[in-house]
Amino acid sequence: MKITAETVSHVARLARLAMPPEDLRQLAPQLSDILEYAEQLQQVQLDGVEPTSHPFHEVNVLRDDVVRPSLPRDLALANAPEAEAGQVRVPAVLEGGGGA
Amino acid sequence: MSGKTVKEILTSIRQGETKSRDWVQQSLSAIEQIDGELKSFLLVDPEAALQTADRIDNGQASERALLRGVPYALKDNIVTKGVRTTAASRILENYIPPYSATSAQKLEAAGGVMVGKTNMDEFAMGSSTETSAFQKTANPYGKEYVPGGSSGGSAAAVAAGLVPFALGSDTGGSIRQPAAFCGCFGLKPTYGRVSRYGLIAFASSLDQIGPFTRTAEDAAIVLNAICGHDPMDSTSARGQGEIDFTEGIDAGVKGMRIGIVRNLPEEGLDPAIKAAVEEAIRTLEQAGAQVVEVELPHMEYAVATYYLIAPAEASSNLARFDGVRYGRRAEASGVIDMFERSRSEGFGMEVKRRIIIGTYALSSGYYDAYYKRAQQMRTLIRQDYDRAFAHCDVILMPTTPTTAFKFGEKADNPLQMYLNDIYTIPANLAGLPGASVPCGFAGGLPIGLQILAKPFDEKSILRVAHAYEQLRSFAWQRPVLGVAE
Repeated sequence: MKITAETVSHVARLARLAMPPEDLRQLAPQLSDILEYAEQLQQVQLDGVEPTSHPFHEVNVLRDDVVRPSLPRDLALANAPEAEAGQVRVPAVLEGGGGA
Repeated sequence: MSGKTVKEILTSIRQGETKSRDWVQQSLSAIEQIDGELKSFLLVDPEAALQTADRIDNGQASERALLRGVPYALKDNIVTKGVRTTAASRILENYIPPYSATSAQKLEAAGGVMVGKTNMDEFAMGSSTETSAFQKTANPYGKEYVPGGSSGGSAAAVAAGLVPFALGSDTGGSIRQPAAFCGCFGLKPTYGRVSRYGLIAFASSLDQIGPFTRTAEDAAIVLNAICGHDPMDSTSARGQGEIDFTEGIDAGVKGMRIGIVRNLPEEGLDPAIKAAVEEAIRTLEQAGAQVVEVELPHMEYAVATYYLIAPAEASSNLARFDGVRYGRRAEASGVIDMFERSRSEGFGMEVKRRIIIGTYALSSGYYDAYYKRAQQMRTLIRQDYDRAFAHCDVILMPTTPTTAFKFGEKADNPLQMYLNDIYTIPANLAGLPGASVPCGFAGGLPIGLQILAKPFDEKSILRVAHAYEQLRSFAWQRPVLGVAE
């Protein structure tokens, strides 16, 4: 699979990464190599094999629906780059542009 | 080997010969003296460590505390309340966690004394600790060589004798490979043996915390303190009960069945490593172990499988670093722009590379061809081990195909770097416990023997490793960077 700089740029956008052109040019051949290597999995007969998403069988774990103390608000906000009135502040979501 | 063992320190403190303060002071002095060149620590807090030591010396920890007074270090992806934790990434450069990881809490409760946080590959993505955003850690056996990764700082600190033990995390070999490169013991427990709560997630179905020590017995002592089910990690294993991993460790290998792999992929395997591992197997056989051949037919696909699954999980886990609630935030006019710039400025190239591979493998149109096929191959790899362990108690093979490489040697070729993980990756895919124990030197650099066992059978690994440590007869070399005996 040959990966172009355009493909890398598209996927980077999906992952919310803004990549400069020189990074895209460096990444494209590296990703091609890695995905070409991964293509050996296409050569194996895997029809009907159950996929493994986890090493052991897991079941959902539910706790009792009881109110317990949670992280205090001041601690939860202590690492926020910007906070106001007990909430996290972010740049404009709807107005002011910068959209995808 | 450099420095004292956990067992020696514990015995001395318990008998009242020494105090915790003596050992913590010794550890801090060694760091002061050696770490300027070794660069294994990202943070050292001498004052806090000495205060903790004094509290323990003044009777805060019970006489029976599992690690009473013993100094240790934590890999910097294990969060510590009030102590900066960065995962060696710019995006978390100033992050002060509001809580501590369960493993960190357990070590504290056991009376251990944390002296600092160790360097690593950024978000544990790498095999050389070179992707750290902050510094390059040297290999104690040669300043121009990498310590391995991603837990390179923890491995180097233990091998150089700066601390008697340290915790690391292993997603595809990140404990075992640096242990092999630095000449110390490294144990990746069974997936679920140790809680991942507070371990900054890389690939959640593969990550596991474990110890670096000088001996197998020390690893057993540390594992006793950190293992167990945790309600805060639903993937931690239930029903572990009260286990003592030191119990039966000196039972010897007589009658144990040791599996060696027929048709082990040997491309790029250093002949000196092959010879050292064969010698180790002969040594165990002479001690009464029975050697049997096993097959792992899908092992050759492990690297391809891993380098789709791990980046896919990483791309999802690292979506949380968006500049909103914590971590670096870039100046921007709109919120999407802010996400993109914060992430682009905050993440290094290897992390971006993996996020992009993972996003690609999960994206519409490629999911079936890449991610799903990798998950199916994961099933076959798991089944290979199930079958193999029907015939043996442990499987032995090299930990790595080569000894430590030089800085920059593989940094420009990610695929070459990934192929180095061939022998360690399968254990993560199958959830198995595995360890690396030093089994010789080549060109002055340490060689690691890898020991794998079936899920939750760390005891067999520790028993074989302990027996081998008593039997091994090669000349032990001293690290260039390390404390004097």
